Amino acid sequence: MSKLIELKGISKSYDGEKVLEGINLYIRDKEFITLLGPSGCGKTTTLRIIGGFETADEGQLYFDGAEISDVPAYKRPINTVFQKYALFPHLNVYENIAFPLRLKKTPEAEIRERVTEMLKMVALSGFENKSVSTLSGGQQQRVAIARALISHPRVLLLDEPLGALDLKLRKDMQNELKSIQKAIGITFIYVTHDQEEALSMSDTIVVMADGEIQQIGTPTDIYNEPKNAFVADFIGESNIIDGVMLEDRKVRLEGHTFDCLDEGFGRGEPVDVVIRPEDVDVVKPEAGMLTGQVTAVTFKGVHYEIIVDIGGFKWMIQSTDYVAPEATIGLYIEPDAIHVMKKSKYSGKFGDYSSFSDELDQLSDADAAEEF
Amino acid sequence: MKKKSLMRSIAAAPHIFWAVLFIVLPLIIVGVYAFTDAEGNFSLANIAALTDYVPIFWLSLELSVIATAVCLVIGYPLAYIIAKSSPRAQKIFIMLLMLPMWTNLLIRTYSIMAILDDGGFLNTLLNTSFHIVGTKGAVIFGMVYDFLPYMVLPIYTCVSKIDKHMWEAASDLGCSPVKTMLKVIFPLSMSGIISGVTMVLVPSISTFYISQKLGGGTFELIGDTIERQFVTGALNVGAAISLVMMVLILISITVMNRFSEGDEGGIIV
Repeated sequence: MSKLIELKGISKSYDGEKVLEGINLYIRDKEFITLLGPSGCGKTTTLRIIGGFETADEGQLYFDGAEISDVPAYKRPINTVFQKYALFPHLNVYENIAFPLRLKKTPEAEIRERVTEMLKMVALSGFENKSVSTLSGGQQQRVAIARALISHPRVLLLDEPLGALDLKLRKDMQNELKSIQKAIGITFIYVTHDQEEALSMSDTIVVMADGEIQQIGTPTDIYNEPKNAFVADFIGESNIIDGVMLEDRKVRLEGHTFDCLDEGFGRGEPVDVVIRPEDVDVVKPEAGMLTGQVTAVTFKGVHYEIIVDIGGFKWMIQSTDYVAPEATIGLYIEPDAIHVMKKSKYSGKFGDYSSFSDELDQLSDADAAEEF
Repeated sequence: MKKKSLMRSIAAAPHIFWAVLFIVLPLIIVGVYAFTDAEGNFSLANIAALTDYVPIFWLSLELSVIATAVCLVIGYPLAYIIAKSSPRAQKIFIMLLMLPMWTNLLIRTYSIMAILDDGGFLNTLLNTSFHIVGTKGAVIFGMVYDFLPYMVLPIYTCVSKIDKHMWEAASDLGCSPVKTMLKVIFPLSMSGIISGVTMVLVPSISTFYISQKLGGGTFELIGDTIERQFVTGALNVGAAISLVMMVLILISITVMNRFSEGDEGGIIV
């Protein structure tokens, strides 16, 4: 797959505040790429620069080898599904979808054929003459997708398109979007703050924070081999512990030396160690590599979520076996469950569950959703 | 529930009383006068006499339509520019637009006359001797000057309510800036345009003061005619002309409302 879009050294500030700092990224033809990050990380600005709604202060944007930094949005073969859909309220469903074709003076018969085909693809046949304001959020979403795809763009940009939908509908639309992308075979660039959405839909994920790209990789790479504490914490749950690399494949943390698979660090180099909650086995205290006291147990359906205090640092462990609060347990960790990362500016900021609460998590999620 | 509706009737009573006394009753009186003669007997003579005023009516329509068109051509871009400027600039613009409306219409019209008159301010200042007061142009100018804010404000309100993503969506789908205006923004501001047109056309067509002063007494509009009837005591004919004007305006507003059907808002009659 060849490079379709390339961003070189893109920077952008608003009122003197940097929102993007030296973004370098290329996007391959026909891939489903997701820009993932918390609100204010610059993902939407990056998308808007690609769409042509913003211009970068520095850097260049290339499309298919040609620079398009100064090409206006209406001349780019890139279409967008806006967060709030931005359907035209003065046109009905049919005319909204036909809009790009009418601009190009496409013959009436061809318009009818293509709109009908599009409506079928987004499962809205029979909705032709409805006013867009009478549609539900999910239906408006589909109209927006059909309108964006009808002129056969090379790239579709999607700005948090599922943000306004309820959970059930969101799951359905995730599958639908993915199958549409496969069926028509074009590049999708998707923006979201929902890591689960990113993991389940994308070929490539670009994790962003503070206007910079933190990591680019496949969903499994990003999950299994996070580059720094921010990525490890943002994607899934992680215990991130201070450690010291003794030599290749040997790391010391919490007073115990563990075998691991990581190499290439300096002897005695301080590192961040990621251990996923589901990779820790709960054993009897005498059989454990580490021992700790259980401070909280929450039943989550599939598993129990157990918070364990190990030398003052709170770990999260997911186990299908129940353990009683206040109990002392042992932890057993396989070498391949340990992932060692270099220290970064995010070290020490994430990965401790001492102040963890589900409620807080949800609150901050709601805040993030509000901002858009 | 019953108590609530009783409270509601009590609260509504003054308004209903007001509406009946000053809106419904006068309308009935106009209707009665239009269909009676000086002695109070039923008569269609007043309505029949209206044929004499057809040319005046056409002239009024001509001038007010031109004035409305000029207001629209000036007002739309102005309203658009205001709606698209910074919140601070918007406040200043709107203030400037409203400021002249704080001055009485009669005084404003008098001032224009003083400025444009043959021996007026402008002619003295420029040392010229153009003649404009007493022409149709002066009357149209007066109408535009007096009623422009009524065109700008509803369009401004309408344009500023359009979702900013509409511009981006249009551009995204292939509209050049000109096409964006024609295909998306203009249709979306239609309810504001119709409100503006109504609010300028209706007072323009029935004005008498502007035409008397700026027309310099050389011609008469339908508003002048109505005024003259009442001043000279021909109440029945005056009432008949008023009634027909009201019906015509009502019809045209209904037609315009139909035109903008489906658009939210519509216009307040």
